[in-house]
Amino acid sequence: MAMMEYIDAIRLAMKEEMERDDSVFVLGEDVGVKGGVFTTTKGLQDQFGAERVLDTPLAESAIAGVAIGAAMYGMKPIAEMQYSDFMLPATNQIISEAAKIRYRSNNDWNCPVVIRAPIGGGIFGGLYHSQCPESIFFGTPGLKIVAPYSAADAKGLLKAAVRDPDPVLFFENKKCYKLIKEDVPEGDYIVPIGEANLLREGSDITVIGYSLPLHFAMQAAEELEREQGITAHILDLRTLQPLDREAIIAAVRQTGKVLIVHEDNKTGGIGGEVAAIIAEHCLFDLDAPIFRLCGPDVPAMPISPPMEKFFMLSKDKLKAEMLRLAQY
Amino acid sequence: MESQGTVETVNRHKQLGLSDGQVIDMYRFMQLGRKYDERSLLLQRAGKINFHVSGIGQEAAQVAAAFALDRENDYFLPYYRDYAFVLTVGMTTRELMLSVFAKAEDPNSGGRQMPGHFGSKRLRIVTGSSPVTTQVPHAVGFALAAKMQKKKFVSFVTFGEGSSNQGDFHEACNFAGVNKLPVIIFCQNNQYAISIPAHKQLGGKVSDRALGYGFPGVRVDGNDPLEVYRVVKEARERALAGEGPTLIEAMMYRLSPHSTSDNDLAYRTKEEVDENWKKDGIAAFRTYLTGLGLWSDEQERDLVAEYNLELKEAITYAENAPFPKPEDTLLHVYDESGLKGGA
Repeated sequence: MAMMEYIDAIRLAMKEEMERDDSVFVLGEDVGVKGGVFTTTKGLQDQFGAERVLDTPLAESAIAGVAIGAAMYGMKPIAEMQYSDFMLPATNQIISEAAKIRYRSNNDWNCPVVIRAPIGGGIFGGLYHSQCPESIFFGTPGLKIVAPYSAADAKGLLKAAVRDPDPVLFFENKKCYKLIKEDVPEGDYIVPIGEANLLREGSDITVIGYSLPLHFAMQAAEELEREQGITAHILDLRTLQPLDREAIIAAVRQTGKVLIVHEDNKTGGIGGEVAAIIAEHCLFDLDAPIFRLCGPDVPAMPISPPMEKFFMLSKDKLKAEMLRLAQY
Repeated sequence: MESQGTVETVNRHKQLGLSDGQVIDMYRFMQLGRKYDERSLLLQRAGKINFHVSGIGQEAAQVAAAFALDRENDYFLPYYRDYAFVLTVGMTTRELMLSVFAKAEDPNSGGRQMPGHFGSKRLRIVTGSSPVTTQVPHAVGFALAAKMQKKKFVSFVTFGEGSSNQGDFHEACNFAGVNKLPVIIFCQNNQYAISIPAHKQLGGKVSDRALGYGFPGVRVDGNDPLEVYRVVKEARERALAGEGPTLIEAMMYRLSPHSTSDNDLAYRTKEEVDENWKKDGIAAFRTYLTGLGLWSDEQERDLVAEYNLELKEAITYAENAPFPKPEDTLLHVYDESGLKGGA
């Protein structure tokens, strides 16, 4: 085990995969000489050279589209979108192309591309450096979508994504980059795509979510147990597509009360699909209505501190909602 | 067979390094594309197939470009009018008919995609889609892979002049120019994007845009296959020498309506179309070959008979071939050897 930040784990995963396989390469804006605007790719160009850590022109559709072409040839590109807010010019390449290449060619071609993009707010990024665009891509068969919560998962999921024969969107949480510092297993391991992870066992309520808000849920759960004797069962989806249906159903059956959390806004968010899975498979195991705690249905997060705080989830917001569910 | 130039016809192909046999083959592929296209149109009109999108008027340039490429090593990213191109790089009329009839054996897509959406890993024809111009960044990606892996191939991508206005064209050209990648970007300017004529589509020349990307842009008469051959061959040599991309704008005319769902006389005149039939590259090339004594009316009759028979057999085969199983709709969303991925 080695103590490291979430961002270090992502960088280490890329470094190890590039050492392992010379068809792996990184491309994106400012990823090379600068090492990324967040330092996610820092040091990689020194080790692997300017061709394998490629600074690209400022054009997201080309970053995705060129990566897709290289992937069809047999390379393993890791394309970085500087902020997920800026990846929408690449949606046609991601949804019309990457997602459909295997299907439309009847399994003749495939597209093993990884597209990394930082999501989430709480960094005074305003409307266009804070968004969570998961729901734009969710529900597009042919894509896999992962969103790690921990540093260890970030490393293992990114390595799995690089080795996956299909396109994977890797949504890393930029607030987690430096906030999360924890033990990460050393050496080569993967976290399988498609498997949720039980973070905490409990018997009163179930919380299901992904990425940053689960840290608030874990803190709130500690306090609720200490102060009120309420125990929370917390499931990290880790992979958003395909969802781990069995794990969701099992986690709900454990307590009969479920709170779904994500920072992406509520309407059309992934929580709606999780709620539908619960309604289809274990409605009669429920002892309370399904609760959802999400970002508000506004276009994006404002920069003004009180407004950003209002938008963001927090330990206190989680705790209040978890308590309300426990007492229902 | 060594041809003799007559007073009227000067042998132009010899100096390009093309043998008499090669130019005859070029002509044969042009006619194959044309006959395939005409037959597909008839099949649609007869109610046998649902849809056809035509490439009539563009065959001469398509075949010439294919002859200038390395058909054993290069990667091809054609667009939906490129029947003559894909036939020249190795697809068969039977395979195209299987696609038209949307049968399971269709190598392009297993009956999933519309006709004209080519793909064959075996032939290095990269699978394409309907949103136009998305293939141009893909071609740049193949060229990037060639550079990174130090492989001696180029990628060749085609699209129409309407498509040249998409952002992906610009983003891909710029990326290729910055990195000096071995890609040939080949615009088939057929004067129409469905109903929109080129003068409403373009404020200038597509080929002139290359200046801004830092590589050569060449405009060429697409009805002159020997000129197209020359410029594509030069572009390929530049690419392999590490000198980067070339943008080629081949001028031609879409002699057919946009597709079987289109009535082109709603937006252009019969006189205009008739005028352009007179410039048809296939007819001109036949005249050239005949003038050199390389082609005769008898050979033409034999060729037409040969293609009629080939197409008849292809259609019979494709008509009788099984459809995909309905439940195969569910296959190939992801790699099926391990749905969890990673391991």
